[in-house]
Amino acid sequence: MPKGYSRPQTLIDKPWHFCPGCNHGIIHRLCAEVIDEMGLQNQTIGVGSVGCGVFSYEYFNFDGIGPSHGRAPAVATGVKRVLPDRLVFTYQGDGDLAAIGTTEMVHSAVRGENITIIFVNNTLYGMTGGQMAPTTLMGQVTTTTPGGRSRNQAGYPFRVCEMLATMEGAAYIARGAVYNPAQVVKTKKAIKKAFATQMAGLGFSLVEVLSACPTNWGMNPIQALKFVEENMVPVFPLGEFKVTPIEAGV
Amino acid sequence: MGELLLMKGNEAVGEGAIIANCRYFFGYPITPQTEILEYLARRLPEVGGAYVQAESEISAINMVFGAAAAGARVMTASSSPGISLMQEGISYIASAELPAVIVNVMRGSPGLGGIHPSQADYNQSVKCGGHGDYKLIVLAPASVQELIDFTILAFELAEQYRTPVVLFSDGMMGQMMEPVLLPEINTTPVDRPWATTGMNGRSPNIIHTLYLPADDLGNHVKQLFAKYDQIAANEKRHTQFMVEDAEIIVVSYGITSRVAKAAVEMARENGIKAGLFRPVTLWPFPDKALKKAAENAQLLIDVEISMGQMRDDVRLAINDRLPVDLYNRIGLVPTPEEIYEFIKSRAREVL
Ligand SMILES: Cc1ncc(C[n+]2csc(CCOP(=O)(O)OP(=O)(O)O)c2C)c(N)n1
Repeated sequence: MPKGYSRPQTLIDKPWHFCPGCNHGIIHRLCAEVIDEMGLQNQTIGVGSVGCGVFSYEYFNFDGIGPSHGRAPAVATGVKRVLPDRLVFTYQGDGDLAAIGTTEMVHSAVRGENITIIFVNNTLYGMTGGQMAPTTLMGQVTTTTPGGRSRNQAGYPFRVCEMLATMEGAAYIARGAVYNPAQVVKTKKAIKKAFATQMAGLGFSLVEVLSACPTNWGMNPIQALKFVEENMVPVFPLGEFKVTPIEAGV
Repeated sequence: MGELLLMKGNEAVGEGAIIANCRYFFGYPITPQTEILEYLARRLPEVGGAYVQAESEISAINMVFGAAAAGARVMTASSSPGISLMQEGISYIASAELPAVIVNVMRGSPGLGGIHPSQADYNQSVKCGGHGDYKLIVLAPASVQELIDFTILAFELAEQYRTPVVLFSDGMMGQMMEPVLLPEINTTPVDRPWATTGMNGRSPNIIHTLYLPADDLGNHVKQLFAKYDQIAANEKRHTQFMVEDAEIIVVSYGITSRVAKAAVEMARENGIKAGLFRPVTLWPFPDKALKKAAENAQLLIDVEISMGQMRDDVRLAINDRLPVDLYNRIGLVPTPEEIYEFIKSRAREVL
């Protein structure tokens, strides 16, 4: 009997190192499913990042690069200029992308660099143990905002999609989440659109995915998914912020 | 081998890269390097390559990382402050064992310093300014012709050893014009089976620098250093002039070595047995050759546009057997007369 649900070909059969309830695994899987469905396994170069997603190249069954913290879009630019017909995407956390790597992100969009960024927003620095990130919510307690993030000390959460959507070089910008099956399906569609945008040569694309971090939020996995829906979504609304129509359609 | 052309040092580096089949350049403007960038922005599209003006030197070196990982011949160029910004990326490139060429048209420093010629980034590149245990091949040309020839050599060494190579120029060499011959080299395609180009039927290629288990990291670093030992055994280069009977040997590289040669000639004309030893590779440093050259000497004089950053390597090469004086200028290239006067004054005291 054929299996209805099986491991994507582009995902290596190996246990995740992620904490229980972490959403990185789902987001990895979505990227892999889309690459399978688009038949791009042999043409993909994944550029990882430094954060909890640092081992992406150990899970993805395609060529991979481990860059330094924040510089993935610059590394992806180098790859893409040499290999313009390949699918080149980065997989970055909010510290990696929206703090140390802000310049590389913004200027990839300025150039309309034909790459895709998968941006995993979990409101803090997971790998280093839960410090404040630019995306930390107002009042949110982290190890470096023990009294909650305050305006006077640390300003406001950084909305990456809203900013990038103002840029001419950005072709597709969307924000999704994975806190329930309907959102997982929507997010997968967004990732597919972003990759298709790139393969059609239309320019820069980014999909932000709101992601639960039960360990550093001090919650159980169910509470953490609820936190995404109830606390993150109001600050980081879901949806498409910029769409460039693809003639050949996905 | 074509006709004699008049070329500026910075343009010579650019043309050397084109001759070496480099098709990708990522950089950021900074005086006195900028003509390399401008030259390649024009030339690379003509030969089917790509030029990207990065938003910073940090981005430029990481674009180099990506292009090298994708299997391309790639170069970046900057001047001292920009090379400082590249240090993290250079450490990653060395660890990932990617071939790349990094040109430093050194300028006055520390800080913003100035746009004068300088050799004060010796320690940064020769001792490695990034984090961790790694080495860089560092080449020190001394003429516009050598800027071309050594750019080509830099690509060959980078490719052969899968390692970043630094080419030292400076504010004077980058800006001066000299007649050059453009060499012709055969550009056979290089096989890079390790490159991340898309699997196309093979198993995944992974380029990374993370080794969490201590043993894995230890083995990785040991393997890097086995390669560096091989480089040290094969690639030490130097030139020397009248050292055989020299009592005073001037040790100098790059632009100052040319001036020092004229000073040595003046000394000889005036009866002082002087000679010149010029390291061409700063790492690996030509230590054995210097030790041998200095066998009959009584004094070495290190001539640099820095506070004597190379002097430690000179002392090590001769096991601290002889005094090593320093003659330096900061912010400008000394004249032959100035160096000669120094040689003369030291000859009176020591000999
Ligand atoms: C230059 C540099 N600075 C700091 C670090 C330490 N560091 C590793 S991961 C990380 C934060 C990662 O957080 P994020 O990007 O949000 O990803 P997450 O772990 O939450 O998935 C930091 C600061 C580093 N590796 N390199």
